[in-house]
Amino acid sequence: MDALADQFLVLSLLINFIVLGTSRLGFAVRAVAIQGVVLGTLPALIHPFSWHIVFIVVLMICAKGVLIPWLITNAIRKAEIKREVEPFIGYIPTLVLGAICTALAFVFAKQLPMAVEHQDLLFVPASIATLMTGFLVLTTRRKAISQVIGYLLMENGIFIFGLLLAGAMPVMVEAGAVLDLLVAIFVMGIVMNHISREFSSLDTSRLTMLKEE
Amino acid sequence: MQLSLMLFMPVVGAVIAWLLPDNRRRPLVLPLFAVIHLALLCWVLVVTPPASAGGWFFLDPIGKLVMFSFSILFAACAWYAVNYLRYREERSNRILCSALLLCLSAMCLVSISQNLGVLWVALETTSILMAPLIYFNHNARSLEATWKYFLICSVGIAVALLGIFFLAYSTIVAHQDVTLLLSSLIEDAPRLNPQWRHTAFIFLLVGFGSKMGLAPMHTWKPDAYGEAPGMVGALLAGGLVNCAFLSLMRVYQIAVATQEAATFQNALIVMGLLSMAFAAVFMARQSDFKRMLAYSSVEHVGILTLALGLGKGALIGALFHMVNNCLTKGVLFLSAGNIHRAFGSKNTAVVRGAIRWVPWSGALFLTGILAITGSPPFAPFVSEFTIVSSAFTTGNYWAGSLFLVFLAVIFIGMALTVLPVVLGEPPEREEGSAEPYRDSFVSVMPLLVLMTIMLVFGIWVPQPLRELLAAAAGLLGGGQ
Repeated sequence: MDALADQFLVLSLLINFIVLGTSRLGFAVRAVAIQGVVLGTLPALIHPFSWHIVFIVVLMICAKGVLIPWLITNAIRKAEIKREVEPFIGYIPTLVLGAICTALAFVFAKQLPMAVEHQDLLFVPASIATLMTGFLVLTTRRKAISQVIGYLLMENGIFIFGLLLAGAMPVMVEAGAVLDLLVAIFVMGIVMNHISREFSSLDTSRLTMLKEE
Repeated sequence: MQLSLMLFMPVVGAVIAWLLPDNRRRPLVLPLFAVIHLALLCWVLVVTPPASAGGWFFLDPIGKLVMFSFSILFAACAWYAVNYLRYREERSNRILCSALLLCLSAMCLVSISQNLGVLWVALETTSILMAPLIYFNHNARSLEATWKYFLICSVGIAVALLGIFFLAYSTIVAHQDVTLLLSSLIEDAPRLNPQWRHTAFIFLLVGFGSKMGLAPMHTWKPDAYGEAPGMVGALLAGGLVNCAFLSLMRVYQIAVATQEAATFQNALIVMGLLSMAFAAVFMARQSDFKRMLAYSSVEHVGILTLALGLGKGALIGALFHMVNNCLTKGVLFLSAGNIHRAFGSKNTAVVRGAIRWVPWSGALFLTGILAITGSPPFAPFVSEFTIVSSAFTTGNYWAGSLFLVFLAVIFIGMALTVLPVVLGEPPEREEGSAEPYRDSFVSVMPLLVLMTIMLVFGIWVPQPLRELLAAAAGLLGGGQ
């Protein structure tokens, strides 16, 4: 099962690059949704069966695979934009940066000792690489939707690491954390709709009224 | 029992506020539940409630101090809100009133959590609830502020979650039972896996630091504080800052019990001084007095972090300063709100001679500025003096000297901005313009109460508070 888990993690690393390389917002949202589903099934692979694990799997797949993508796709349709134009840093440079970040994540993970049962698994590098990719998307793109996608990637990175702890964490804490993150995305969606109504675009580079003079 | 009452009463209030159809009467729910909350606060301060089963919830002295400070601030804001919302009748305040009360409940949860996971959930809840509050004015500027605030804080707090996960994983690597319970983490701290523990501390410092608004993660602060209504700004600068600082203190409690206590403390000192330096630079020539208050908040989270890093005698100063900063910021933001309304602007080119138009608010704003910059006889002077004298007696001459230099620069910068605003020549009033906003009893009284508390604490610290501060500082300095 561990080999399969590793392959799933490699798949999610590849999805990071798809998100970095595409300008089509709808495509990026679907990619992140697929990543969410892939990651959502992981707990079932690495932990023995328990209702607790079933709960996490169902919650993750419903939230990341269905609900959140639906929310964002809705926002895209309302704002009538399809593409990210003119990011602060181009697609090829961000892809290169993404590759560097991924390599650094592997180097970093080598420094950290793992528990015996998690030895030789890709969890830590995959988690940190996804986190950094998310941060990269968040900081280099102009559209509010792209920034939310970046935040989702960061969350997925954190979730990958959380998998190592699944089962060991109290259900209440887990449920609370997932719920909070969900509501955060929901609030971002609402703010996004307001931005598109107010500025008739979702371009956050127009948000420049507040600055030092 | 008492603690669950404290958590659930505001929720009940939020539901009532949501269900009330009358926009005029709805704000009255706020002071009503603030009074109930204050009564409960007195109860738990006198009779410490027992820890919950499993030890997840317990009001320790540090939590008590945090709860004490934001409860008083909330009561002042709730009182003030009634008058403020009367002036803003055209806008529905249903979301505002409910979110304020829910936020009170979440802040209570932060102060009683002894489990880092629950603490994180509560802290994230406060961040989410603040978003609609900052967006209350529903215009392009507040929208921009909300977006920046929410994005930066969400990212920061997500990083903090990863830090908490790392800490939990370090217990697995060290072959211990996984736990996020504060007391067991402190006890086991020296035996946790050092690499994971170290990484966790960095992530937690960055995460909670951006929530507190430490430089260089402070960029959301001027926008959010500038665009939010006065009482929301007060709650952000007093309530949320204290909650984030409490989270940082929880991390500190674990960190000082480990072998890398000195490294962690040095990091805190550097970050604190950096925040003060940023504030000193941006404070000068600030043309918007609400944004200036935001930089003052950056300065004071810097002071708090620095004091935490200095440790020993400065810990009492840090805790006392947390209370003082919270209450003084209440005075400043609420009086700035009054001045803003009287002049219809927060630009220092327009707002001049506030003391002629709104004498009480103008005078209180000036007094508040004097207090926050550390002038005697107000309480922030006492706490800042404790911190700086402890810096020198423990041999941190560099930190102490830089601290004094930054304080002086900030004092000059603030005075240059504020003196014309309060004492300058007021602009000519246009003929036939509408009757301007005037100070009234309800809009000034809460500020006066806060200012009086600050004056009293500056001259004489009551014995129970003194004991509470000493007990809390003892908890913080446990590892030394």
